Order: sequence, then C-alpha cells, then structure tokens
Amino acid sequence: MDWGALHTILGGVNKHSTSIGKIWLTVLFIFRIMILVVAAERVWGDEQDDFVCNTLQPGCRNVCYDHFFPISHIRLWALQLIFVSTPALLVAMHVAYRRHEKKRQFRKGDQKCEFKDIEEIRKQRFRIEGSLWWTYTGSIFFRLIFEAVFMYAFYFMYDGFRMPRLMKCNAWPCPNTVDCFVSRPTEKTVFTIFMIAVSSICILLNVAELCYLLTKFFLRRSKKAGNSKQQPNHENKEETKQNEMNELISDSCQNTVIGFTS
Amino acid sequence: MNWAGLYTVLSGVNRHSTAIGRIWLSVIFIFRIMVLVVAAESVWGDEKSAFTCNTQQPGCNSVCYDHFFPISHIRLWALQLILVTTPALLVAMHVAYQQHQEKKLLVLTGHGDAKHMEEVKKHKMRIAGSLWWTYVCSVVFRLLFEAVFMYIFYMLYPGYQMMRLVKCEAYPCPNTVDCFISRPTEKTIFTVFMLVTSSVCIVLNMAELVYLVVRACARRSQHHSNPSSGKGSFYGHKHSSEYKQNEINQLLTEQDGSLKDMLRRNSGLQDKGDRCSAC
Repeated sequence: MDWGALHTILGGVNKHSTSIGKIWLTVLFIFRIMILVVAAERVWGDEQDDFVCNTLQPGCRNVCYDHFFPISHIRLWALQLIFVSTPALLVAMHVAYRRHEKKRQFRKGDQKCEFKDIEEIRKQRFRIEGSLWWTYTGSIFFRLIFEAVFMYAFYFMYDGFRMPRLMKCNAWPCPNTVDCFVSRPTEKTVFTIFMIAVSSICILLNVAELCYLLTKFFLRRSKKAGNSKQQPNHENKEETKQNEMNELISDSCQNTVIGFTS
Repeated sequence: MNWAGLYTVLSGVNRHSTAIGRIWLSVIFIFRIMVLVVAAESVWGDEKSAFTCNTQQPGCNSVCYDHFFPISHIRLWALQLILVTTPALLVAMHVAYQQHQEKKLLVLTGHGDAKHMEEVKKHKMRIAGSLWWTYVCSVVFRLLFEAVFMYIFYMLYPGYQMMRLVKCEAYPCPNTVDCFISRPTEKTIFTVFMLVTSSVCIVLNMAELVYLVVRACARRSQHHSNPSSGKGSFYGHKHSSEYKQNEINQLLTEQDGSLKDMLRRNSGLQDKGDRCSAC
C-alpha cells in the first residue's frame, strides 16, 4: 500500500469532481506527492547520519538531533498528504451509495429508472447537487482545515521555514554547549519553500472551489425561486423520487437466493 | 506477497461488508498500513545502527538493544495488521461457499448458462442466516486481536513513550552504561498515532457488532409480529435458506444415486448423451 495505491483510489473520485477539483488533484499528485517521492526523500535521506556534532561524547548527537527535529519534514509532509487527500473518499463513498441505490432500483425493474443497463449506471456521472453537494463541500472544508493545521504545525515546530546550517545544543549528555551541523541545509530550505508554496496553491484552489460551489448553489436556488410557480420544483421531484425509492426498498423481500432462482 | 497483495485480497471482501465494515477497511489501509509503509518504516529504519551506548566494550551495544527491544514496533504493527485483517477472509470463504452452492443449484435446475453464473458471482450476499454468524465471529476475532496486541505493546513498552536514554547493565557491559535511542520523539509521535488509529478501529468494530445485533433483533421482532410473511426476518430467512440447503443436498444425493445406478446397469457402454442432463 503506497502512493500508487492512493492514486488508484483517488483517481476514481476525479470523475465526480468539479474542474477545479481535478486541477487540485493533479497538483497534489504531481507537484507534491511525486516531488516528495523522487526528490525530497533523497535530500532528507541522510539527515541523521550526516548530522554531525562537535563532540566525542556518545549519545550527544542522538539527543541533539531529537531535540531539534521532533518529527522529520518528510514524515510531516507524508502525513499531511494522506490527511489532505482522504476527505475525497467521503465523496467516493456517497457516490458509491447512490450508485448502489440506482442499481437496486434498476434490478427491481422500476419503470421510473431511466437507465438501459447496469453498465450505464456504473459509468454515470452524478451531478453535485442535493446531499452530494453537502458531502462535497464538507470534504473541501476538511481539506482546508488539514492543510492549515499542518502548515501551522510546520511553522510552530521549525520556527520559520528556513533550515539553519548550525545549531547550538546543550542537552544532556552533551558537555556544555556543542555545535551541531545539519546536512544539506540550503537544499532542504529550497524544498521546504517549494512544498509550502505548492501547499498554498492547493489552499487557494480549495477556496476557489468552495466559492464556485457556493455561487452555483445560490444561482440554482434563485433560478428555482423564479421558476417555482410555473412548474413543479425539481428539488421536490427529486425528494419524491427518493421517498418512493425508500418505500420500495423497505417493502421488498431481500431474499436474493429465492428471488434469483424464481 | 506484500501489502498491495493483501489489499487485493481484502478488496473483494469489501463488497459483502456493512457500511461500517467498509469504513473500517479504509481506515486500516489508509491510516495504518499506508502510514506504516510510507512514514513509520523510515523512522525505525536506523533504530539499531543509531542506537549508541557510552562504552567501547564490544557486544554491549547489541546486547542492550536486544534487551530493550525484544521485538521492534514496526514488526509488531505489521503482525497486528495482518492478524486483524485476516478474519475478514472467513466471510470471503463463506460467501464463496454460498456462491458455489447457488451455482450447483442453478446447474441442477437447468439454468447453468454463463449469464446466470456471472450473476451469481456479481450479486451481493445479504448478511443473514449462517453468514451473519460468520460475520459476527470475524468482527469478534478482529476485536480480540486488536486488544491482545495493544496489551502486548503496553507490556513490552510501558507507557507508549520512547525514552531518549536507557540505562543498561546486561553482560558484557561494564557496570551501568548509558544508551541513547535514535529519534525518540518522532517514534513517540508515531506510536501515539498508531495507538489512536487502533482505538478508532476498535470503536468501529464495536459499532459494527452493535449494528449487526440490533439489525438481527429488529428482523426477529418483525418476524414475530408478522410470522406468516417470512419476509426479511432473521429466522424466516434462516429456515428458508436451511430448506434451500436441504433441497440442494437432496437433489445432489438423488443425482449421485441415479448416476451410480446407471453406471452399474450399463457398465460404461452407454453414450454420454444418455446420462442425466446435468452432467
């Protein structure tokens, strides 16, 4: 289970996203996950081995490294990327649930079901409206929160985003104050700034997507308010459909073996 | 066979799980296995090479490392994840067995064409009857394994916190020696993270257990209030599936019996076409 598997899982969500959502997913995978895997991990690969302190005291290097790097940048980014990409799975679960209901409806031979076969249901793209809109908006909201929390955690732990060349350490068992030198500080600073910049772009994309969804929602609502007297409300129609579906489901016999062989 | 292989095997089980079971599976794969593979393994990667003791005595380093880390966190988590995910295979086996029985029945009743066989493979089994018991057992085993491993963790590494310094006096270390662990804070963070996700999984399993029991009781009470219908009730379905099973068994024994008779009478000189239609 690695980044490739996550890409497979999230690729499916892409179909039901807005255009901004698709751009966001691309930015996430190419400019963040890929950069992390092919470049950043190498830069931080020797972070402890090449962390050198000006002392022969055994244990001093370990303790000083632990003091200045409570959690490595790489691991923080990995956790951030996992947390930021998982709210999209809420949308995937909701879509899967809707598809499942439609398939059930289709199998029962409901006349109202507009699909010709199961394959069409599987391939159908759902519009982001109704309860799916709320799930989608909720997922964007969570993404934003996770991005912000991790950026704050980064800033808090590393006091700014720059990697210093030299750190002065006086944790026990180091005798007095000892100079410790970080490996590849400039390269690490470059990558840190790059990841922060891309993270900010992702935050902007999420905010833009949120605004887009809200605007679409209000426009649709005002259109409906304007059309409500002339024809039946589309939302009401959908609710009536949903109620009918629920009734059918609760009334029917669920014994698939008998129903299948009869 | 690696984590990806396990993912492939368990994705199939997903289809026959409850909604809570699917959420549990996602939490396991994304927040535990994936975090283990992409992050935790590199944190513990240099745990032995960077374990330093304040001595030049040969062997002291190894002995002290072995004394304080009888089994590494990473290996314990890997074992825990494997054991916790495998009870789901009981359900998969039971479903496969039920599908096999259905296919047999279809062949005997003359619906053995490819289209019907595909339908059997694709349709979702209801968690009722004996499958309900198998499913509940698998959830109970999951809970048991999670609890046992959390307890083992606590016994081996009390407090779940990783110390910076440990004092070692195992032979051949001279007197008491200071030993320093690599990346203790990062290790503590990941230990706490894995503990939290393990607790979340325990809560999900308990919720699933409660959901299954409540659903069974609701179905049972529905059956009691509506005994004639037998629709969607736990016992109704149990009886009907047992009845179905008896029918299948009867048909199969008759089948065997008639085949044996034919073979005895004709001693292999008869054409294939003269035998039963289901052959």
